[in-house]
Amino acid sequence: MDIKTKALKKSLWVFHLSVGSCNNCDIEILDCLTPKFDIERFGMVLVGSPRHADVLLVTGIVTKKNVERVKILYQQTAKPCFVVAIGTCACSGNMFRFGYNMGGPLKNIIPVDVFIPGCPPTPAAMLAGITKLLNKVKE
Amino acid sequence: MKKVIVPLGPYHPLFEEPEFFELYCDGERVVDVEWHAGYNHRGIEKISESKHWDQVTFLVERICGICSNSHPMAYCNAVENLLGLDIPERAKYIRTIISEMERLHSHFLWVGLAGHFLGYNTVFMWAWKYREPLLDMFEVITGGRNNYSMIKIGGVRRDINDQQIEMLRKMLDGISSQLNMLTKVFLDDPVLQARLVNVGVLTKQDVKNYGAVGPVARASGVDIDIRRDNPYAAYNLVDWKVITRENGDVFDKAVVRLLEGFESVKIIRQCLDRIEHKKGEILAEVREIPAGEGIGRHEALRGEVFHYVRSDGSSSPVRHKIRAPSYVNVPTFKKSSIGQTISDVAIILAGVDPCYCCTERVAIYDANTKKSRDITWPEIVKKSQEKTEQLKKHG
Repeated sequence: MDIKTKALKKSLWVFHLSVGSCNNCDIEILDCLTPKFDIERFGMVLVGSPRHADVLLVTGIVTKKNVERVKILYQQTAKPCFVVAIGTCACSGNMFRFGYNMGGPLKNIIPVDVFIPGCPPTPAAMLAGITKLLNKVKE
Repeated sequence: MKKVIVPLGPYHPLFEEPEFFELYCDGERVVDVEWHAGYNHRGIEKISESKHWDQVTFLVERICGICSNSHPMAYCNAVENLLGLDIPERAKYIRTIISEMERLHSHFLWVGLAGHFLGYNTVFMWAWKYREPLLDMFEVITGGRNNYSMIKIGGVRRDINDQQIEMLRKMLDGISSQLNMLTKVFLDDPVLQARLVNVGVLTKQDVKNYGAVGPVARASGVDIDIRRDNPYAAYNLVDWKVITRENGDVFDKAVVRLLEGFESVKIIRQCLDRIEHKKGEILAEVREIPAGEGIGRHEALRGEVFHYVRSDGSSSPVRHKIRAPSYVNVPTFKKSSIGQTISDVAIILAGVDPCYCCTERVAIYDANTKKSRDITWPEIVKKSQEKTEQLKKHG
């Protein structure tokens, strides 16, 4: 096991990226930080810059204005970087998929490792998804 | 020397939608503000024209995650206005209960965020913790923590039974004592007073010039509230009052929100008394929507939501126009943040509770040297928190 994977196993730093969501998923992500769910138990911290991030949490349909920006942002992250699509919007486009400003879904733009569907997924579902990611890292 | 900075810098975790502000500064003072929007445009009005009347309720629910009851409410008001329909009384009360619970949860959320911006992270954690029972209650009543889907054209989708009413009462008791505590924290703390009083002032005339609505307008002494001025649901059947304050600074905006929480608790309690141990219709039958047009208004958490629908007798709207409160509230930044220091801007921007979230990067332009420097949103928040720290030490 190389040093990168070893470090990743202990604590994943996540960066939250909203590209055309309705706030719901974002609020639930924030909820994960607060005392009831407390995501820091797993060593996860929200960071303010993509360059520090091990995981990108992406919410929302990717609007056309955001497509290029998501690509640039993914390039900026240090690899290996995992991408988690949170919410039905990021997974498949939800009811906006036939809209004229739909640039996504996310998997057509950057590689996605974990999908967490739901509108919005509950914090518990997010924790379950992230735990699966952790297990994947360990393998 | 105007250069657009691509706003994909650090998306701040506390802000959800991508928005981009440019602050033009002279030293520490802000001399101009510019706002760029459009990162979150999803074309909802157009999609609405391809959906069935009933499906649109679920579509407008997803405009905003915090106002996920306000938009369906305004939309259903518009369709019912088109139909000339009067919904059953029990449905009116249930609609009112859901709306006020939503107001409570949103104001808790705002208090938490305001606490964070000011460097009181304890307030953030507490307020969000107190918000949890509300979300759990939503899950019990409607089946969803954040998207309730409770409002339907002609009434509501689910009834509230007596057992749930009992649970709601218990939850309200807890909430009101916690709200009491938070209000005292906000009103009595000298550091908060120093940070918030006379910061980001909007006068009565400013509010009228910008057409601002909701708590922003009420904090400046403009006495408007759709719930009272243009009653719908059960707001004219229960006893409550509109909260107004005179100064129009951020402190008053906070006070208006906190006191509104108590009014919400009062409204919910009265509604529960009226529907307890009673049975009744919750849905009026709607077969088809005739040609015509209707408008619907609702006092959302941030102000008036306006929906307009036009029908040609087919199964989906021909035109659906939506105006959300942040659309008129956000431009007031231009008035309230000019002349203030950069460290105060964070709380002024947060003061109107704008419906943007991931404000990622603000570009600061030095008005004298015409040089631009990037400053990230976390940096601004940090500046704000440092100012509170200093006040605590010296005050």
